[in-house]
Amino acid sequence: MNGTDTQPLGASLVDPAKQAMLLSALYIAQEREGNLTAEAIERVAKRLGLNPGQVYSIASFYTLFRTQPTGHYLIQVCDGLSCYLCDGADKIADYISAKIGVQPGETSADGRFSLEKVQCLASCGTAPAMRINDQLYENLTPATIDAILEGLLEEG
Amino acid sequence: MTSWQPVLLANVNRPNSERITTYMDHGGYEALRKALGMSPAALIAEVKASGLRGRGGAGFPTGTKWGFMPQDAPVKYLAVNTDEGEPGTFKDRLIVERDPHSILEGVIIAAYAIGAHRAFVYIRGEFFLGVKRWIKAIADAYQYGFLGKNILRSGFDLDVSVHRGAGAYICGEETAMIESLEGKRGEPRQKPPYPAQVGLWGQPTLVQNVETLANIRHIVSRGAAWYASIGTEQSKGPKVFCVSGHVNRPGNYELPLGTPLREIIFEHAGGVRMGRAIKAVIPGGASTPILTPDKLDVPMAFETLTAAGSALGTGAIMVMDETTDMVEVTRRITSFFVHESCGGCVPCRIGGVRLLEALEVVSSGKGTPADLDRLEHLAHSISGLTFCPMGTGMCEPVTSGIKLFRSEFDARVGAQ
Repeated sequence: MNGTDTQPLGASLVDPAKQAMLLSALYIAQEREGNLTAEAIERVAKRLGLNPGQVYSIASFYTLFRTQPTGHYLIQVCDGLSCYLCDGADKIADYISAKIGVQPGETSADGRFSLEKVQCLASCGTAPAMRINDQLYENLTPATIDAILEGLLEEG
Repeated sequence: MTSWQPVLLANVNRPNSERITTYMDHGGYEALRKALGMSPAALIAEVKASGLRGRGGAGFPTGTKWGFMPQDAPVKYLAVNTDEGEPGTFKDRLIVERDPHSILEGVIIAAYAIGAHRAFVYIRGEFFLGVKRWIKAIADAYQYGFLGKNILRSGFDLDVSVHRGAGAYICGEETAMIESLEGKRGEPRQKPPYPAQVGLWGQPTLVQNVETLANIRHIVSRGAAWYASIGTEQSKGPKVFCVSGHVNRPGNYELPLGTPLREIIFEHAGGVRMGRAIKAVIPGGASTPILTPDKLDVPMAFETLTAAGSALGTGAIMVMDETTDMVEVTRRITSFFVHESCGGCVPCRIGGVRLLEALEVVSSGKGTPADLDRLEHLAHSISGLTFCPMGTGMCEPVTSGIKLFRSEFDARVGAQ
């Protein structure tokens, strides 16, 4: 290393254009397998010329990347302040928990449902809100929650 | 009641409002035509003269920010901040889902003004519909010749792409967003250098919020003088206020900056549910200090809210009635910031967890007066001692909550 070379060791091996694709690559890998398995992280790292440890570190920074499988239906109840003020958040999480028999943070034994409390979904004007997979549900009441859950149970 | 014909939200309730044809039927992309006939310097001067300040929370003068971009740099970038995550805020999501072209027109004009040929839209990973709407809007704009090479035969080229975040509030901070766009952990960078000097991949980068960009077309088409005639001395133009919590008609209300908080809550948002009294209001999103009802006449503007001891932030107004448990409100807001700490600084990462533990003890009714002292001590050991403002923001609800609602905290720990 000469006097003008101040780059950290190994930095020159990373291609910035490839690293910029990392979040997209992780989304693709996660969509394919449901979560980021060790193999998926290895594969992404190899394709983008990164170290698997580095990829895991970056993935772990972001809430939407998961290294554990989730249920077929991932129910995410907004835990934000506005939802709490509008009788949502814990009340809705507890209501759903009692209905499907799954505690927040857990997945049902049959792998059908996961229940989570998540940060503000930007639905404060239509609170209380929750999301199931890619679908957002707003202005929730016990009756609408019942209807939504019944719909899921019928779909199986 | 302030009478105001919406400008920023004029399109959102039209049928198929997100389509480029709907947008163009109502004057869409006319401002772009006008802007491309102006010099970049004249455009920057116009935005400066309008008095527009950033709508993402910090309120920095937009024209000044554009002026910071070096003229001679060969590569410059524009980054569009759609990472709306401040609890209580739901305006950017509405504009992106219902009127994405109003933002995109501002993106193209801003890029032309600063001489950027590449723009990156960074959007919150949870905004599934917003991602689709952004992608469709960009694809249609290419088709109509508003993006790509030689836009409207002006000789100006611009490419835009969409990048999903993946669940990290801190990525709404501009340098953390740049890190995330580069495919890294979203940890904020040291400022200075500011992104205008050293931004994305080391190049000068302008980062702008969605609502800020949605204002640009109106400044260009109606002129800076018109824009500057709206609002207060230091806060110009219309603003989308997000009203939520214990009000009869929660929702987004576009009004001139300077509209009194009381008017927004009681006349536009229909007043407090069941006619109850107000106990507290958060005026600008979860990171802004709580206001008590004696401050309800404050005009919703940057300078007046600062004088009242809070901040305009994102303009997200959360209303809490007399039945609200303020200890729980404090705990809940703190829990958000603790979850969203990037973990870079010890006071925020570990201090935050200790702060939340102490609040949980107090909130559960098992605490003692010593726990309140501990909370204040912890807040002093975090506030101002972290790399980015997150640490200070995390302590704000605790210190202002205990100060304003001391009797509720005292009662919870059995002190009189």
